[in-house]
This record gives sequence, structure tokens and C-alpha cells, in this order.
Amino acid sequence: MFSFSVPLGKLVRRASRLRGGGSALPGLVVEKIDPGFMRRTLTTLPHGVAVVSGTNGKTTTTKMVVELLESQGLKVFTNRTGSNFTRGVAAALLGEVDWRGRLEADVAVLELDEAHAVHFVNSVPPRYCLLLNVLRDQLDRFGEIDKTAQLLQHIAAKTTGTVVLNREDPRVARIAETLTGQEVRYFGLDDSLLATFPNDDDMRAAPGSPAPADLPEKPAADVVLRKVGADSAEFEYDGGRVTTGMKLRGVYNIFNAAAALTLARSICGGGAVDADHATLLQALSQVAPAFGRGESLTVDGQPLDLVLVKNPSGFRLGLKSFPAGGYATMIAINDNYADGRDMSWLWDVEFDSLREGGVDQLTGSRAYDMALRLQYDDVRIGAVETEIAPALAAFIREAQGKPKRIFCTYTAMLAIRRELSKITTVEVVS
Amino acid sequence: MSQAGPGYPDESKGTIKVAQLYPRDMNIYGDWGNALVLQRRIGWHGYTPELVEYNVGDDFPQDVDIIVGGGGQDSGQLVIQDDLQSRAGVLKDLAEDGAPMLLICGLYQLFGRFFKTRTGAIIPGIGVLDVETHGTDERLIGNVKVSTPEFGEVLGYENHSGQTTLGSGVRPLGTVPKGTGNNSSDGHEGARYRNIVASYLHGSLLPKNPAIADFLIRTAAERKYGTFVPGNPDDRYAELAREHAARRPR
Repeated sequence: MFSFSVPLGKLVRRASRLRGGGSALPGLVVEKIDPGFMRRTLTTLPHGVAVVSGTNGKTTTTKMVVELLESQGLKVFTNRTGSNFTRGVAAALLGEVDWRGRLEADVAVLELDEAHAVHFVNSVPPRYCLLLNVLRDQLDRFGEIDKTAQLLQHIAAKTTGTVVLNREDPRVARIAETLTGQEVRYFGLDDSLLATFPNDDDMRAAPGSPAPADLPEKPAADVVLRKVGADSAEFEYDGGRVTTGMKLRGVYNIFNAAAALTLARSICGGGAVDADHATLLQALSQVAPAFGRGESLTVDGQPLDLVLVKNPSGFRLGLKSFPAGGYATMIAINDNYADGRDMSWLWDVEFDSLREGGVDQLTGSRAYDMALRLQYDDVRIGAVETEIAPALAAFIREAQGKPKRIFCTYTAMLAIRRELSKITTVEVVS
Repeated sequence: MSQAGPGYPDESKGTIKVAQLYPRDMNIYGDWGNALVLQRRIGWHGYTPELVEYNVGDDFPQDVDIIVGGGGQDSGQLVIQDDLQSRAGVLKDLAEDGAPMLLICGLYQLFGRFFKTRTGAIIPGIGVLDVETHGTDERLIGNVKVSTPEFGEVLGYENHSGQTTLGSGVRPLGTVPKGTGNNSSDGHEGARYRNIVASYLHGSLLPKNPAIADFLIRTAAERKYGTFVPGNPDDRYAELAREHAARRPR
């Protein structure tokens, strides 16, 4: 059956590209006039659809899964533009299908925001899902953490094949109890690394306080991250341990590598191809961070790291994973919808680790909220400028000859990347 | 844990002890920020802060000068409910005796007479405040500006689905030119009773509203030592953060 919606959507996509517009509009057009488009196109793929969701790490994990599957010779469709809403998926799909609406791919791996994932799985039941974590983030949208956990539970319930769960996040691991037909696989962390992942529940609990006694024994995990070195990691699976080099930095990125491995093994093991582990690990070692996720650019011959911070646990992990020593530091805090509008979260992060070197530049619509937060942690503040472009220019000028690091919220990161693209090579994401 | 540090005068004017209620289960919206601000400002005013936590099952701390309590998820409120009832007597006595308290969101509701959930279940409060709260399907979310007679303009962020109605025993903290506040019909926010400040606002509340923090500290000092001799905290960033926050959309 030939449908006009696809050619029309493709035309809108071209037109909106020409005027430099957003990535979701063409998706919206197709969704409105042909709501069955996504389901028809995606459910016919040989390996079906895999959905990646959770609070932190979706983008990097999705990127890893895609590269792992490609290393196995699969052709993968994904929503690369970082538009993790349903419309973004439809828009990305329009870019890939031919004029008759056919997608030449073996599997789709899609990053979806928790709330949008629920709508998506209602119309396109995935064969696989990977649920990363539930952390305090955007409570102004979701209301409560427990509510967010329910959204993930719904994604799992709609999944027809394998559900991959984080064994170390109690709200995620508990989802297994609610499932009946699905195969459940876990990814896990060595006990010695658990302390580097403060979760929201023990955020204010006394350090070293014993775990609640009613925790059931941990289930066996498909892949366990055992050790993290400076540029390597040790994983355990199939009863053996393997060490591999890693380009990704930050222990939380590398934990997500265990998640990606588990999902890739499920997809490859469950279909025509069986995973070739040498090439899987080779691919994993080559994965570079997704934009803004600990990505390192070069400015004036010095590294400039961008670290995306969206919520207290992410900010705390970012501060822990990227020590301040020797770096000039800038923090950019916006309060647009995509950043989270309530500034309370800044007060659940401790900034002691920045006390020694101070923070050279603050920017963003809530730069003064950040300044106030640092004042209460006795952290020296260099300059404050709410406008991002002049603040970034001043930071680069003042910190000349030093490596630089910028902690930034989502929309601040987009603005910073646009500015940086004028002076260095960056992938600009609209 | 007492804290001295940069910016604190050498000679202490005395100790002020702050108890945080249920930080383990009721700390969802940066409530630590309120405790931190009290701790640091007590020091900046020349007193020695002592911060203690009270969690479910702990011995209730002695000689408390200021009490702060925050918001929780529904599950957190269930966890503390029985323990809070068992402490109703001591908390009521402290309140009637003029101890300053800051109660945000969930503990504001539970210090009231009751919380009636959407399904009609009644969760009893401890009745320190003459207010009642009804769960609704509507979530009130966004930036809020409150005009108050005592503290000037109060700025913060609300996120709640319980709607609170004030009885005649309390007065509102203020009226709401921007945002919703206690409920979607009365146009006021928070409650004042003796030296209790109760509010739905986080952000956290105290950092950008130092007038409320200093009210709690002054009241505690006067109650304990008869007088309050203020220090000179540097509130330039607080002023600027307030200016910029006030301009943000709902």
C-alpha cells in the first residue's frame, strides 16, 4: 500500500532542514496524518525494536549498543539526533526510510525519555528494553521518583522479549517481580564499586550505614563490571573475566557499558547471529562519549571537557569522575523545561571538591542561584555572567594555557556547543 | 556536629541547635539546603551552630532551638507516619513554647490536622497547625512569588498535589501574585503560627529568602539567650539570585 504520508513527511523534513529548524516537526506531521507509520515500519524489522530508558546515561548507552551491534554486522536504526521524544523517533525514521516507507535495517535501538517511552511502547511494543536507573530528575515533570519507576515498569510490561535491568538500582531491579512472560537479564556492579554510586536513598544517610536488612539476595547478572582502571575496565560474563581498554571515562559511563553489553548479547544471542565477543569488546573499547557526556574538545591547544549535569546524582558523579585538580572550571545552569525548572537540586550536591581551585566562571539563567550555592560551600567564585556567549569567551580568555572543564545543564550545553562550533570542531545538535 | 570556618567570628555568642526532622525519608526537594543555610548563617551571626538529625526510631534530641522538616514522596510519608505520631506531644510542646520551626511541603501537611488522600483515606496529622489537606489529581507546579507582611517578597518553587485549607487558628504566610500556593482557590500560600513558618515552597526556600532564615535564628537566640545580636552576612549573591529568580516565568 502506498501512503502519501511518508513523501509528505520527507518533504517537511527537507523544508525544515533548509530553514534550519527543529528536528521533531516533520515527525509531528507524519504522526498526525498517519499514526500507524512508526508501528508498521519498525515492527517488521528482523530483530525488532530495543528501547533504552532511565534517568541518566541513555544517550551514551544507546550509542554504545548501536556500535556494539554494528560490530556484529547488523544494520541499526537509531534516533541519533538526541531527540528522545516519540516525534523525534518519527523524524529520524523519515530520514532513513525510502519514499515508500521502507526501512533498511535489522534492528532499531531507540533512546526514549521515560514519559515519552510510555506512549511509544503503547503503539510500538518493543522486543527488548534496557532500563538504566531511576534518579531524582525533573520532578517538576514526573512528580515523584516512585512515579518515574512506574513509567519504567510500564515499558517493561509492554516488552515482548527480553527486559534488561540494573541489578544495583532497587527501584529498577524490583520491576522483575511484576513481569510474567518476559525473559529478565541483569547487569551489575562489583560490591567494591558500589560506594562510587551514591543513590538518592542514601544521599543523606550516614556514610557507612548498613544496608537495609530486608534486601533480598542479588540475582545473578549477565554482565558484571568488576574493576575500572584509568583507561580500562574489567567485565565478567559467561563465567570469565575480561579486561578491555576504554575510551569512555567516568565510572558511570563504564557501568553503562555493562548495560550495553548485556543488551547487545541479548539481541545477538536471540537471533540469527551469535555474538562474537572479540569484536564486541573491540567495539566497546572504541566507543567515544556522546556529545556533552564527558566529551573532550580542543580549544587553544588545550582540552576542554563538557560534562552534562541534569540532577543531583549526575552532578555528584560528574564531580567525582572528573577531579578538579589542574583544571579551570566553569558551571552553566539554565532553568528551561529541558533542564528542570526547580533549582532545589543544586542544594543536594556538595561542592567541597571545587573548594581548592574555586570556580572561575558561572553562567546561565540561574548563574546567581549557583553562585549562592557555592557561597554556602565556601567555594571561591571568579566571575558571574548570565549570558552564555560572553561568559564562555571570558572563561576561555582568562583560563588561557590551562585545561578547562564546563559542567552544564542540557540547554546550556547546546548553547555552549553552538558558541564553541565557531572556534573549534564540534558536532552541533539542534 | 559543630562547624566553625571562614567568615565566622572568633568569639561565639552561644550555641544554637538545629534539628532536621526525618532527613532520610523527607528530603526530596533540596531540603538539605535549608539546614545548611541555617547552619552557616548561625555561624555568620556569631553563634555556634549544632546540627542534629532526627530519623525514625532515634532518641528525640534534647534542647533543640530550631526545627526544620521537609517534603517526601508518598512512600516516605508512610514510613515516618507512626514515628511522627509518637513525637506529637514533644513537638506540640515545643511549638506552643515558641520554638521556631520551618516546615516545608510534606511535613507542613503532616503538622496539620489530617491529610485526606484522593481515595478518601485519612492520614492523621499531629495537629500542631490548624490546617487540613486534601489530595487531588491536579499537580501544582512552577515558580511562585509570595507577598508577605513579615518577610517581604518570598520566592520559591512549588510542586504538590495536596491542597491545604487554613483554619482560623493560623494565618497565611502571604498572598500569591505568581503561582498557586496552598490551594487553587484562596490565593494565599503557607501558614504562620507562633514561631512556625510553614510553606509549600522549595528552591530551597531559605537560601534565596534569608529574611526567613534570620527570623528563625533571631527567634531561637531570643528564646534561649534573651537577646539576638546579629552579625553581618554577605547577602549580595542572595539579592542577585532573587532578582533573577523573580523574572523567571511561572
